[in-house]
Amino acid sequence: MSEKMVESVVARTISRIIIPFIQLYGIYVITHGESSPGGGFQGGVILGTSIILFGIVFSLNTTKKWISKKILILFMSLGLLIYSGIGAIDMLFGGKYLEYGKLPLPLHSPEMSALSILMVEIGIGLCVMSTITLLFIFLAGEKSGTRMDSWEI
Amino acid sequence: MRRVELEWIVGRYNYLIFIALALIGFYAMIAKKNLIKKIIGMNIFQTAIFLFYISMADIEGRKAPILVPGVEEYVNPLPHVLILTAIVVCVSTTAVALSLIVKIYQKFGSIEEDEIMEMMK
Amino acid sequence: MNIIQNLPILVVIVPLIASFCMPIIGLFRRRYCFYLTLITNFLILIFAMLLLNYVINQGEIHYYLGNWEPPYGIEYVIDHLSAFMIILISFIAFIMTIYSKEDVENELPTNAPLFYTLFMLLTASLLGIVSTGDLFNLYVFLEIASLSAYTLVAVGKKKDALIGSFNYLIMGTLGACFILIGIGFLYLVTGSLNMADIALRLPSLYSSHVVHAAAIFFVVGLSIKIALFPLHVWLPDAHAHAPSTISVFLSGLVLKVGAYAMIRVLFDIFTVEFFVNTLPIAEVLSWMAAIAIIAGSINAIAQKDIKRMLAYSSVSQMGYIALGIGLANTPGIMGSLLHILNHAFMKGCLFSAAGAIIHKYKIRNVHQFKGLGKKMPYTMAAFSIAAISMVGAPPFGAFFSKLFLALGAIESGKWIFALIILISSLLNAAYFFSILERAYFTKLHDEEIEEAPISMVLPTFILAMGCIAFGVFMFILEPFLRDIATSLL
Repeated sequence: MSEKMVESVVARTISRIIIPFIQLYGIYVITHGESSPGGGFQGGVILGTSIILFGIVFSLNTTKKWISKKILILFMSLGLLIYSGIGAIDMLFGGKYLEYGKLPLPLHSPEMSALSILMVEIGIGLCVMSTITLLFIFLAGEKSGTRMDSWEI
Repeated sequence: MRRVELEWIVGRYNYLIFIALALIGFYAMIAKKNLIKKIIGMNIFQTAIFLFYISMADIEGRKAPILVPGVEEYVNPLPHVLILTAIVVCVSTTAVALSLIVKIYQKFGSIEEDEIMEMMK
Repeated sequence: MNIIQNLPILVVIVPLIASFCMPIIGLFRRRYCFYLTLITNFLILIFAMLLLNYVINQGEIHYYLGNWEPPYGIEYVIDHLSAFMIILISFIAFIMTIYSKEDVENELPTNAPLFYTLFMLLTASLLGIVSTGDLFNLYVFLEIASLSAYTLVAVGKKKDALIGSFNYLIMGTLGACFILIGIGFLYLVTGSLNMADIALRLPSLYSSHVVHAAAIFFVVGLSIKIALFPLHVWLPDAHAHAPSTISVFLSGLVLKVGAYAMIRVLFDIFTVEFFVNTLPIAEVLSWMAAIAIIAGSINAIAQKDIKRMLAYSSVSQMGYIALGIGLANTPGIMGSLLHILNHAFMKGCLFSAAGAIIHKYKIRNVHQFKGLGKKMPYTMAAFSIAAISMVGAPPFGAFFSKLFLALGAIESGKWIFALIILISSLLNAAYFFSILERAYFTKLHDEEIEEAPISMVLPTFILAMGCIAFGVFMFILEPFLRDIATSLL
């Protein structure tokens, strides 16, 4: 899995076609979390799976050229900061933590809650996608020199 | 002692399967020597607990807790939410455990617990 | 934004957000991670002091997350016991941050951002466990704390740290799963997850087998977390092979938060009459605690590695705390709470001193401590103060906690526990005084002073001063602890 492209023509062609659809499905699951089964965690795992499929079929180096580890670590922290940040901004405007009704947007309370929950789910999805992909990159890169106990970017 | 009727078993088979799975998982966690088998046992044990919570939420004759226009009665949605959180915790614990096993294999050369204990002495 | 009213959640959110920012800062400037940790922990210490001041003067704080009323929403409750634990956790976290600078540079030079991320996560989750008033929130924070602890133990230098961390993971997850089953049973019979709400609905259900099963699952799960006697096998490996900062945290805080959870569950949710009269949980707890006290001390005498010896000593000291819970009367609970405070400081000081010795001289074997009294005078002075306090000599802190525990044992008519406390003090003296004798009364050839770096000696010394202070200032602490004990019973 390190330098050579190992898989056959069939696997490469099919995954080239399917990976965008998997990502679209992942985004669908994240955003429709409130009216059908799904939500941030599940959609994030699906998005992460698409990148892992790319990493299995093509080599790990090609994956690292597509999405570098720096971007993934940045997304991981950014997703979590979106979640806590929305909660903390509610406190700044006089409400309790995660009280979505107090945000300064001119919407009524149930719609405000729905919008905030959507933003929070997107944050969670971003974080989970990055975490699953980083786990794969660190564990699979053992033989070719991405050592697990060094913070090389 | 109450006679065990078929009605009693069929009415509660969710909870009986929970007990069976939990005991299988618990046995695997403590009695098996291979580290991967211990993690599999941990996953079986936690899946049994999820089964218990979800079967606690079920009310006879009501629909699944997804808002559909025209349906008025739903099953209790709170345990479903609790299990979503518990599944994330379980996945994280499995990820940490598997990473530890990869490192243990690199440093010790084996993943059988008795061989590792011999090497530690 | 009214800071005082929002304090219960701020004390959890500020370290959590700092932990989320840490990987980003680690990508750009690695050195700033330490300074962010220092500033955040100092901020939390100030929040903790404000909280303690407010709770003493004006009573409990109830905070509804998202402004949803309980029992629908999650509620955070800060009463006297929670404020006491919050200030303990934040103080030790701040002191250990100063200590960790040299330690982290020594043990993992390239991975400092990861260490500080997990460190802030551990602090945030410990603070969350003691602030929350909702059972499932307690379970989630307990699991976050445990996961951070497993990973931080595995960072230690020797390869034994990995298998110690794995064993800790297996047993810790077992304990957490048992707690989850207990929460499920309680939800099944009462329909609520809020601690105060369950305490209201439970008394009419005391004869139900489901409630008995829930209580037993809680006690077994929490006993694994606090390493009570037969379930303590994960503790020696995990605490001995962890980095020194983390050993202090594990022995000093993670075990104590488990004991806090046991006090909350047993005294607030299942009231005293349940676990003394309906089910003999208090009897079993006190006998297991007595065996833990003796077995831990005997095992500690037999050890040669200093950190392993201190780890077995932790097993014995957690036995004292569990004994106080099992006795279930006012002096017993006061003794437990005082011992939580004292042991965190004493064991913290001992592990920090051991870490300083290992950092400077790389020796871990107790028989090689000859002449250290002259070579590292300040470190060994702090070690001696903490050791004498552990044995239970009068002006130091642990004397009063053992006194209260013995008074509690006598008050409930079980004289044998007072005898066991006395015997274990003698056993403690056996292994600590042998170290002190080797350090001070054995002569070596070269005796110039080569101390550990000041950033490691200063926290050790502050913790040792704390041991003395809690003994001398008992007259301030005693009415506070008596209030907590009577409000729990």
